[in-house]
Amino acid sequence: MSTEEYSELVVHDTTYKTTLTKNYANRKQWEPENLNHVLVYLPGTIVELFVKEGQKVEEGEVLLILEAMKMKNKIAAPKAGKVKKINVELGQSVSKNYLMIELED
Amino acid sequence: MSLKRNILDLRKRKEKAQLGGGEKAIQKQVAMGKLTARERIKSIVDEDSFCEYDLFVEHQGREFGMDKKVLQGDGVVIGTGTIYGEPICIYAQDFTVAGGSLGLMHARKITKIMDHALKLRVPLIGINDSGGARIQEGVDSLAGYGEIFFRNTLASGVIPQLSVILGPCAGGAVYSPALTDFVFVVDKISKMFITGPEVIKTVLGEEISMEELGGAKVHSEINGNAHFFANDEQECFEQIKKLITFIPWNNDKKAKAFPAKPPKPEYKIENIVPADPTQPYDIRDCIRAIADDSDFFEVQKDFAGNIVIGFGRINGETIGFVANQPLVLAGVLDCDSSDKAARFIRYCDSFNIPILTLEDMPGYLPGADQEHAGVIRHGAKVLYAYSEATVPKITVIIRKAYGGGYIAMNSRHLRADFMYAWPTAEIAVMGPQGAANIIFRKEIAEAEDPEAMRAEKVIEYREKFANPYVAASKGYVDSVIEPEETRKILVHSFEISKNKSTSMPKKKHGIPPF
Repeated sequence: MSTEEYSELVVHDTTYKTTLTKNYANRKQWEPENLNHVLVYLPGTIVELFVKEGQKVEEGEVLLILEAMKMKNKIAAPKAGKVKKINVELGQSVSKNYLMIELED
Repeated sequence: MSLKRNILDLRKRKEKAQLGGGEKAIQKQVAMGKLTARERIKSIVDEDSFCEYDLFVEHQGREFGMDKKVLQGDGVVIGTGTIYGEPICIYAQDFTVAGGSLGLMHARKITKIMDHALKLRVPLIGINDSGGARIQEGVDSLAGYGEIFFRNTLASGVIPQLSVILGPCAGGAVYSPALTDFVFVVDKISKMFITGPEVIKTVLGEEISMEELGGAKVHSEINGNAHFFANDEQECFEQIKKLITFIPWNNDKKAKAFPAKPPKPEYKIENIVPADPTQPYDIRDCIRAIADDSDFFEVQKDFAGNIVIGFGRINGETIGFVANQPLVLAGVLDCDSSDKAARFIRYCDSFNIPILTLEDMPGYLPGADQEHAGVIRHGAKVLYAYSEATVPKITVIIRKAYGGGYIAMNSRHLRADFMYAWPTAEIAVMGPQGAANIIFRKEIAEAEDPEAMRAEKVIEYREKFANPYVAASKGYVDSVIEPEETRKILVHSFEISKNKSTSMPKKKHGIPPF
């Protein structure tokens, strides 16, 4: 291998020439949690929807019911705020990390 | 009946039983690129050495019409044989009989041969090729798995246990291989997972093929469940036989010694390592320049390549090599490489195999993903495994030995027997760049030309601290050696360590950070 084929890895201010593993290349980049975004944590189906766009909600208020793994899961508001946008409708199947509801202050 | 007729009758019965699931099922097996259970066993053991038991065992299923079905040998072949003249116990699931499914008697056969292996103190080889639990037998098949797992655990660290995955191995069945010492997989033939693609699709909506979910490559490269990857069954059998030459038959014995051989002349240790600690090289070349005949048998070659583990010999005796690999991720320790190294160290310690550690690493891998994945807990396994090991333990620091990595990689402080360092060794809390940026922060910030000042301070730090002589002056390093002397010194060090005797405080067992 010639030096041009190597990648760089920085550890404590020093840059090393090396190769990267598949697992390292595919690692998840950390993102701060966004409390305004209500995401799907388990794929499933929306079976009930309790809020409308523009509605004010309290922290912990149930927004919708997501049926997943044969369980009806209450999805609660992670914070108090206003429902900015609803991206799901009744009966819709949703995959993991799908943005169901957006809140705003 | 005359004796002759009795014998002819026996022969007929044997012939029928040995046909397993019959010609058609065998044809199917062969079409998948697979050998039959008995062919597999015979490919591993010495010629004509295999003795089969429980050939005439019948299954106990009485429900769902199973009482009318004949399952030859209940889908598994068990027996004893020899490899290079030494005894082993072996079993092979027979996929041609009811898909190798595990019922009560199938499990009883396996546990019988496991009990033999443990009692006779000989290695156990298990060949897995099974659709899973025999659902018709209900809780009896679950009981069977449980009794296998229990025996795997009892035998762990007493006799070597090798698992060979030559077909599907799904659901609970995967836990037997997972509890054993070494798992062998073959490309396109091995498939291991807890829940299969269909369940994943129904429950999670994720579509994934069996190969992508739990094929041989997944277990060799992504999760490290497998230790040896082969392209076909024959290559896999060669790997098993090669591994067997490096390990002892049980934990009371030492691995067999071979005639000593010098390394091959093309591996010149003084030409492998660049002096600049940021430049990569392949640590396996160093191992080959040290090991007898340059023969290094690498374990988990394709997983967590930043650490290299495997077996070789020095002066004819088996040695377990643990080495940072600057060629991959600069040789850092992370969750995966810590797991990989720690388990191997414990294997060597259980089976009286001395350990040689070659060190060249900048520390633990920084990153939120690592911290969140528990690099503290995983990294601690390396400290635990080295500290606990009582076999001869020798370290050669080749270049970098920074921070926690210095401590973790079999340092004097964890009871290394001999610590050697090359003159290129940098033993320090961190690399000169990082250290200079912290210690001389003020000087660098206030300088007219901060970059020139930084460069000057880096050189100053390297000369004063990032070398082997500070540690040598405190006796943490026993000797600073020239690269060319390394093998000679190691031959001597392992030789004089042969009767090493050291003990641990009395305890039931420790509580390692699993």
